[in-house]
Amino acid sequence: MEGNMSLSLKVWRQSNKDTAGGFENYKLDHVSPDMSFLEMFDVLNEQLIEEGKEPVSFDHDCREGICGACSMYINGRPHGPLRGVTTCQLHMRSFNDGDTIVVEPWRAAAFPVIKDLVVDRDAFDRVISAGGFVSVNTGNAQDANSLPIPKVAADDAFAAAACIGCGACVAACKNASAMLFVSAKISQLALLPQGQAERSIRAEKMVAQMDAEGFGACTNTGACSAECPKEISLENIARMNREYIGAKFSSSAV
Amino acid sequence: MATSSRLDAKIPQGSLESKWSKYRSSVPLVNPANKRNLEIIVVGTGLAGASAAATLAELGYSVKAFCFQDSPRRAHSIAAQGGINAAKNYQNDGDSVYRLFYDTIKGGDYRAREANVHRLAEVSGNIIDQCVAAGVPFAREYGGLLSNRSFGGTQVQRTFYAAGQTGQQLLLGAYSGLQRQVGMGTVKMYNRHEMLDIVNIDGKCRGIIARNLITGELERHGGHAVLLCTGGYGNVFYLSTNAMGSNVTAAWKAHKRGAFFGNPCFTQIHPTCIPVSGEHQSKLTLMSESLRNDGRIWVPKAKNDTRPGNEIPENERDYYLERRYPAFGNLVPRDIASRAAKERCDAGYGVGSSKLAVYLDFAAAVERYGRGEASKNNIHNASDADITAWGKAVVKEKYGNLFDMYKQITGEDPYEVPMRIYPAVHYTMGGLWVDYNLMTTVPGLYALGEANFSDHGANRLGASALMQGLADGYFVIPYTIGAYLASEIRTGKISTDHEAFVKTEQEVRERIEKLISIQGKTSPELFHRRLGKIMWDKCGMARNEQGLKEAIVEIRALRKEFWSDVKVMGTASYFNPELDKANRVADFIELGELMCLDALTREESCGGHFREEHQTEEGEALRDDENFMFVSAWENKGTEEWELHKEDLIYENIKIAQRSYK
Repeated sequence: MEGNMSLSLKVWRQSNKDTAGGFENYKLDHVSPDMSFLEMFDVLNEQLIEEGKEPVSFDHDCREGICGACSMYINGRPHGPLRGVTTCQLHMRSFNDGDTIVVEPWRAAAFPVIKDLVVDRDAFDRVISAGGFVSVNTGNAQDANSLPIPKVAADDAFAAAACIGCGACVAACKNASAMLFVSAKISQLALLPQGQAERSIRAEKMVAQMDAEGFGACTNTGACSAECPKEISLENIARMNREYIGAKFSSSAV
Repeated sequence: MATSSRLDAKIPQGSLESKWSKYRSSVPLVNPANKRNLEIIVVGTGLAGASAAATLAELGYSVKAFCFQDSPRRAHSIAAQGGINAAKNYQNDGDSVYRLFYDTIKGGDYRAREANVHRLAEVSGNIIDQCVAAGVPFAREYGGLLSNRSFGGTQVQRTFYAAGQTGQQLLLGAYSGLQRQVGMGTVKMYNRHEMLDIVNIDGKCRGIIARNLITGELERHGGHAVLLCTGGYGNVFYLSTNAMGSNVTAAWKAHKRGAFFGNPCFTQIHPTCIPVSGEHQSKLTLMSESLRNDGRIWVPKAKNDTRPGNEIPENERDYYLERRYPAFGNLVPRDIASRAAKERCDAGYGVGSSKLAVYLDFAAAVERYGRGEASKNNIHNASDADITAWGKAVVKEKYGNLFDMYKQITGEDPYEVPMRIYPAVHYTMGGLWVDYNLMTTVPGLYALGEANFSDHGANRLGASALMQGLADGYFVIPYTIGAYLASEIRTGKISTDHEAFVKTEQEVRERIEKLISIQGKTSPELFHRRLGKIMWDKCGMARNEQGLKEAIVEIRALRKEFWSDVKVMGTASYFNPELDKANRVADFIELGELMCLDALTREESCGGHFREEHQTEEGEALRDDENFMFVSAWENKGTEEWELHKEDLIYENIKIAQRSYK
């Protein structure tokens, strides 16, 4: 064993979406400050297997902060105490020896629990299917440099497109609103010339789908952006509102 | 030597430049009304899978797509950092389709197929056009046009990028196209589903058995063609830059049902990864190759120099890549940079607490950029502190997210002290053997992207994986699949009641039950770790006959132990990641043996495959073109039994030379 931190963990355990869950307490010793939070969970799970108990299920994949799979609600904050990082990028040096750490899944009606800390985020895919694209079939494209895009617009679109779809914004929001996620995609495409043809219909359809999924309304508290591991700006929500209202006034669709 | 009669690469006749365009115009077509009745199964939704699924649905085929992740957007293509190559010659620096083709063949150490690679270079430009049209926010210059940078193994700037998140932006582009088709009902998407076997009927692939990872149920899915877009198998080494879930299971099941495995030992060890920090480590994180545009790699000239990197004076540093390879310097291909780092560390010049690391230093770039900013703004008497601050700002804009990631993982600030890096397993050039149509040796079964072996030979150049994944999915398979499906229009719907489906499903079920019932003492994770250690020690950056023979014995013993001592918690009837992992580790163990067998058989050094017995006096890889200029295609003949088939590589357009970057 390599580390010297000892931790008390309170971890949410739940068999599936139809049964009630509850906290289980675990003690974990020899935690190294260089471990990532998920590696600490790997150690916990190996300990549980050794004790003949079922390990804790949690979503994770790339472990370098880009796939958006990991989704732990740590001490009341999505992805834990650090700003601008995902759970997999959080290291144990951000905690102290002897700490008690509470770990829950994302909590939102639109994200039902599958097991323990794993939730179902299919709602996000359906919102993208409603309009988060440019309708261009393969083979139709013109030469890439025939469409100059001012660097500032390209950079702003890129900043919005950095969203990893993890759902921390929904988990952070007291209303479980998905406005930051939806607005990031609407903004990216509204800022680029390629997105203009479907600009209005996109805003209408994506907002309609977001509502249909059961995400809550936005009350501008800004927790979403503060907790976003990619620090997606609240400006996107303002832009989405502008796009949506403009679309509603001008369009007959939906 | 002649190509095995079991392998027909189906390379079109004609000159290299005309092969693809002629073939594309003569390949059989399927009319739109028939396309609707043809079902295509796409397994995996990374760049290759998402682009193929979307494009085939746009053409009118009925598509089912599968991913084991909770959303197709999470496939590991998302983690690619540096960029995507294309022969656009936007920089007017002499690039061309031929040059990209030539660089790729040479970079692959003359172990890739000419015709496939030329086609890849031909369609590379279309990929950029398509991605931009779909709204991918590539980096741009102030004039509004696309920006390019350099990557290893090339002397032109042909790499398009989106900061250090190119893979993310390309995948989200392909994903949005896929979700558009899902919304239109032309693609049926199966998230959290893992393919556990293919189903063959009368010698053709007719579907798959998939497991719903939430409910544990096994499902039968029939299709007229199955496309495996399931990525590489670097996780056989346990520690790699792959995602935790990346696995070989789909490709391995196909292999055991008749698909030959091509060049399994060709593994890419990436030179610039964050070094291992301890036993707990679960994966390795890459620092993009793009950093080698501006970073200089060095070690101290003195052994065991324990001073911090930034306190070692200039004249006591050994910039060993610049010294050994003056023509390409820090931008030599990955295999060469990795071996050079290993050589310095093995010789005792490594840095950091483990001594298994070298420095990647940005001080020179900071100063260069800082001076550039000063003259751009007409400031002639800037202080050193100002120049450093401006230079850091430029470096931050180019590589900020990578620097942040480094700091987060290591706790050190790379703006102040040089990064420590060490090679790590990154990509597998080997994969399922495919012909020019991307079809495996099982009719109706295709492999795209990293899952196939075809384009990168023994070493892949940086920024070429994204190019190949999207080339296969957007611009190759939509044409070549017609060659097979045109003859399937009379087949009718594939019934999943066929006895082959029943039997295959039963075999999958029995294996799962067996895994659960063993209830031994060792977790799948610990078996995986032990396999990884054998592979890294004996089939890693350097290999030799004795080590490989030992590895095969050890892996066979590990396989037996696994099947009598693995401990899988829980049951198969609900969400159970432990069971998923056990299934994958079992396949990795079998693959590990084949990789060692392939490495043992290939008695030469080429690209990422370095046999210690075969090197020049200067320690460079020594190819044996006379005896080994072939693709190894392995046929599975049963447990621990394989037969080797050879496909000769014929170079009609490129003069074979000893690869030199000096």
